[in-house]
Amino acid sequence: MGMTVVEKILARATGRAAVKAGDVVEPGADLVMSHENAALVINQFLEVFKDTGLEARIWDPSKVAVIFDHRVPAESPKTATNQKKVREFVAKNGIAKFHDIRGDLGGICHQILPENGYVRPGAVVLGTDSHTTSHGALGAFAFGIGATEMASVWALGTSLNVEVPATIKVVVKGKLPEMVGPKDVILHIVGLLTAEGANFKVLEFHGDTVRSMPTSGRLVLCNMSVEAGATSGIVPADDETLRYLREEAGVTDTLTPVQPDADAVYERVIEIDVSKLEPQIACPHTVDNVKPIGKVAGTKVHQIVIGSCTNGRLDDLEVAARILKGKKVAKDVRMLVFPASGRIYAQALLKGYVGDFVQAGAVVMNPGCGPCLGVHEGALGDGETALSTTNRNFKGRMGNPTSDVYLCSPAVAAASALTGTITDPRTVVGGAQ
Amino acid sequence: MSTVVITLGDDISTDVIYPGRYMATVLPTETPQFAFADLTDFNARLKAKQVRQGSILVAGKNFGCGSSREQAVSTLKGHELIVVAKGFARIFYQNSVNLGLRLVEAPDLEAKEGDELEIGTGEVVNTTTGRRYRTVPMPPARQAIVDAGGLIAYTRRRLAGKSKE
Repeated sequence: MGMTVVEKILARATGRAAVKAGDVVEPGADLVMSHENAALVINQFLEVFKDTGLEARIWDPSKVAVIFDHRVPAESPKTATNQKKVREFVAKNGIAKFHDIRGDLGGICHQILPENGYVRPGAVVLGTDSHTTSHGALGAFAFGIGATEMASVWALGTSLNVEVPATIKVVVKGKLPEMVGPKDVILHIVGLLTAEGANFKVLEFHGDTVRSMPTSGRLVLCNMSVEAGATSGIVPADDETLRYLREEAGVTDTLTPVQPDADAVYERVIEIDVSKLEPQIACPHTVDNVKPIGKVAGTKVHQIVIGSCTNGRLDDLEVAARILKGKKVAKDVRMLVFPASGRIYAQALLKGYVGDFVQAGAVVMNPGCGPCLGVHEGALGDGETALSTTNRNFKGRMGNPTSDVYLCSPAVAAASALTGTITDPRTVVGGAQ
Repeated sequence: MSTVVITLGDDISTDVIYPGRYMATVLPTETPQFAFADLTDFNARLKAKQVRQGSILVAGKNFGCGSSREQAVSTLKGHELIVVAKGFARIFYQNSVNLGLRLVEAPDLEAKEGDELEIGTGEVVNTTTGRRYRTVPMPPARQAIVDAGGLIAYTRRRLAGKSKE
């Protein structure tokens, strides 16, 4: 019986000839990642060893990455002290894949891991962040776990009692229309599947639309797979994956892409034609409350956000800059832009996008998670509405339970910044080619 | 028998259970004060210790969706609540197993605030209405961690095994 990509990865990671959905395995971890919540992982890690007589030692520090992104620079003494504690632990334990608060090497964990070549096809990647699913874009099996589970992995090097998930094959076909991109595709898919439709399952992406999508777009698909509940999203690695890792991430060692078997067993197969897809909007307060833009165009917004682990990459900034260049953000709207990493910020500077944003009246912030999860900056006032390229619109997500958050693509966000209402980018000058 | 102290709908996210702005607080001894911080009445009842330990929180499908933040579990565990829901999101479910928060999956459950529930093997009985509802058993792989007393204890056992090798 054939295997899916994730089954093949887990077979390799457990030294077995084959595994199938439902099997319980203990895969070795190839890369593990934490952000500020490493503070809690450290507590639990020390707890594991307490009174055991054993030395608290990380199984392989070269496989551990720690990236500060959720609250950078620190917004409070408490955060700064947590970051200080993590910094000291990282130094003491020889964790080299550490990305501190820096303009050059820092950024959001789900951009830092790919752009530094830390994630490889076929790898098992675990992160104490639900959007760890992102790294499936490089053909890895990547999933989010809690801090205590990470402490266990730091100690043992394996993830205990993992049930091999069933896989849903998602075939995306057709050429995307102008001003419609990967964000619209994944919002559409989450709307179809619902917020729990892929709970405990893997989304394996196929089809010519995905094949012709750059890695940046595949990261969007896999990033938001978790919004359908998926354990992981994955795009089987191909020439584009190798191009990205060689050319953009500077990887020189051997890469071994993993493909699904032709007779792999899928729980179900979904086919989607995106050739006529409209820009999609996730409306408050669930990510699966997705509507084509025509249904919500004209809705007044107070704050526009472009950025996050979903849509803070160079091509996201490019499309937004193209729409905003030489124009002005509407007077009664605030626009915040967060490049996903220092490297992307520098590229956007060289390309002139940062200047386009600033001259249009947007505020360009430092790389990081920014206002996405309401912990740091860019809070909303009572009853205000945000339109954001981030990934969640749960009640209170941006820090104010009386506010509304709509999710969209960078093109929709930029077009809407010009008008102050949700606006179809195909209707603004610069939005059409 | 335990009392239902609050009923919530489908897709209750970790942002509702434990708002992101309190994520710098990590210690299980400190997180309980922020449980459902934006549901101000319920939060006040929890903080005033007006909710008895072992009380039941009833929810719909996909409870705990969203973030991997473990505070969403430790905050409920701190009040020794039991969550009975139609379904749970994966990471929240696993974190609950790891930290010992009691979850009961009852896909057809109907209950309202004030009802008394009896949690048995394979079923939940709403003794207020007299109706019985099936429950979904925990997969053995996760039950093993619960039986060990949580993931820290389970990991210690494995470490002890390893160091003897």
